[in-house]
Amino acid sequence: MSNKFTKGLLRKMPWHINDSEVTPEAVFKDRRNIVKALGLGAVGASMPSAAHADIFDLFSKDKEKKKFVTQPLAFTKDTNYAKDEIVTPYNKVTTHNNFYEFGTSKKAPAQNSQEFQVEPWSLVIDGEVERPITLGYDDFTKLMELEQRTYRMRCVEAWSMVIPWLGFPLATLLKRAGVTSKGKYVAFETLHDPEQMPGQKNRFLGGGIHYPYVEGLTINEAMNDLTFMAVGLYGKSLPPQNGAPIRLVVPWKYGFKSIKSVVRIRVTSQRPPTSWNQLAANEYGFYANVNPEVDHPRWSQASERRIAEGGLFSAKRIPTLPFNGYGDQVADLYRGLDLRKNF
Amino acid sequence: MRLTNKHLFLLKAFMHWAALVPIVYLVLAVMTDEAGGDPVQYIIHYTGIGALNTLLIMLCISPIAKRFKQGVLVQTRRLIGLYVFAYATLHLAAFISLDLLFEWSLFLTETVKRPYILVGMLAYLLLFALAITSLNSIKRKMGKRWQKLHNSVYVVALLVPLHFIWSVKSEIIEPSIYIALTALLLWTRKEQLKRIFSR
Repeated sequence: MSNKFTKGLLRKMPWHINDSEVTPEAVFKDRRNIVKALGLGAVGASMPSAAHADIFDLFSKDKEKKKFVTQPLAFTKDTNYAKDEIVTPYNKVTTHNNFYEFGTSKKAPAQNSQEFQVEPWSLVIDGEVERPITLGYDDFTKLMELEQRTYRMRCVEAWSMVIPWLGFPLATLLKRAGVTSKGKYVAFETLHDPEQMPGQKNRFLGGGIHYPYVEGLTINEAMNDLTFMAVGLYGKSLPPQNGAPIRLVVPWKYGFKSIKSVVRIRVTSQRPPTSWNQLAANEYGFYANVNPEVDHPRWSQASERRIAEGGLFSAKRIPTLPFNGYGDQVADLYRGLDLRKNF
Repeated sequence: MRLTNKHLFLLKAFMHWAALVPIVYLVLAVMTDEAGGDPVQYIIHYTGIGALNTLLIMLCISPIAKRFKQGVLVQTRRLIGLYVFAYATLHLAAFISLDLLFEWSLFLTETVKRPYILVGMLAYLLLFALAITSLNSIKRKMGKRWQKLHNSVYVVALLVPLHFIWSVKSEIIEPSIYIALTALLLWTRKEQLKRIFSR
């Protein structure tokens, strides 16, 4: 097992060429002047001042919120598991998130998580292992050899993205801890910290999930090479809304399996409970493999809306592939299993 | 004090303003990325809630008119009702265009297969019927049948919160509040509803 401090090449990444296309910061910050120019200053002015502060945030002045600071990360290997598909732009990946700990709307996590503390962090790997491990914040990047993997991400809500993650295979970590013969499943747990995560404090914001959020995989799923622990995306460390400082990425399963801000990975002999399954077992199974044949009770899974570049009307609906297109690597894991029953 | 025609005019002007400002806000929020990196769900939810809020406001009018003996208030119901229809139209249009990206076959199969979409579509078709029969000339032509048709606004009031609570993944608190509010507003006119539905 490689245990050396790895300094990889910091590659010139393909999105660097897009710099000129990005909205310059000055223009972005000048939004309220644009609003004024549209003659809508009067709308804001005619509102009572209390409403100003809240609903008309958009027009209010200089409300620059603190932004979480990400760090550039070096990596040694770069593999594209999404063929020639267009990568979803950084600003969409980081402002369209399901992370109910920070609120249930898609934009809430980016808004409510910017002061989230990721340092110090402690990730415990224990349970049915020979050598329990505790990793601190620096260990994720210094102890582990980071690689870049571009994966498709398919949400159970029938939208999808393509994201360049940075991280390492979960198997590397589990091998280091040494799974015992009793280890049949792997259980994951998100940080429970209601002071930092408003959704855990307030049921209205948290959408009725029982916190902490928990997820699980079979040991064979966990040891599959595609199963990834991500610490970064787009060449930089993860922002909180994407699951900083470390999260799971299982590209052939619906996104809710890819648990964020993980503090514990426990190898178990029994199948562990999983959050969405606890909430609605008839809608969310333990496996949650992407499967166009098995509809969610309230929507079709046969196709998906791919979130890529461009504005509102430039999105495309594309057919959903079995195992999200990763059948070659993972279909063997489910040989003999009825995937309609074990959805 | 009785409300005069001038008051009614000002009130109606205010109602137009109050119904249109949220739309302007939505357009600006989407344009400036305030609605998130992929605002599709935001737009669908925003316009849906807009339709439901407007519907509830409309249902408040006649109890208020009765309580304060201001009969002219009832004349604002058509205006508000047409905004309910407008918001519902935006909601449906956003679903078909932004989410389904004009896959009409998917729209049809989803409507048939998914009870919450079916319930939403039934409510929309009723609103559509109410909107196109809202002209005075049509109202006169329809005679007694007009009132009968327009009583179905109470059916819409039952269907829409059901559509809402059925559509969410787990966030049931907000739709539950709406169900309670609707129940309250229907309760205030229970005698009238008994008469309508016992016929």
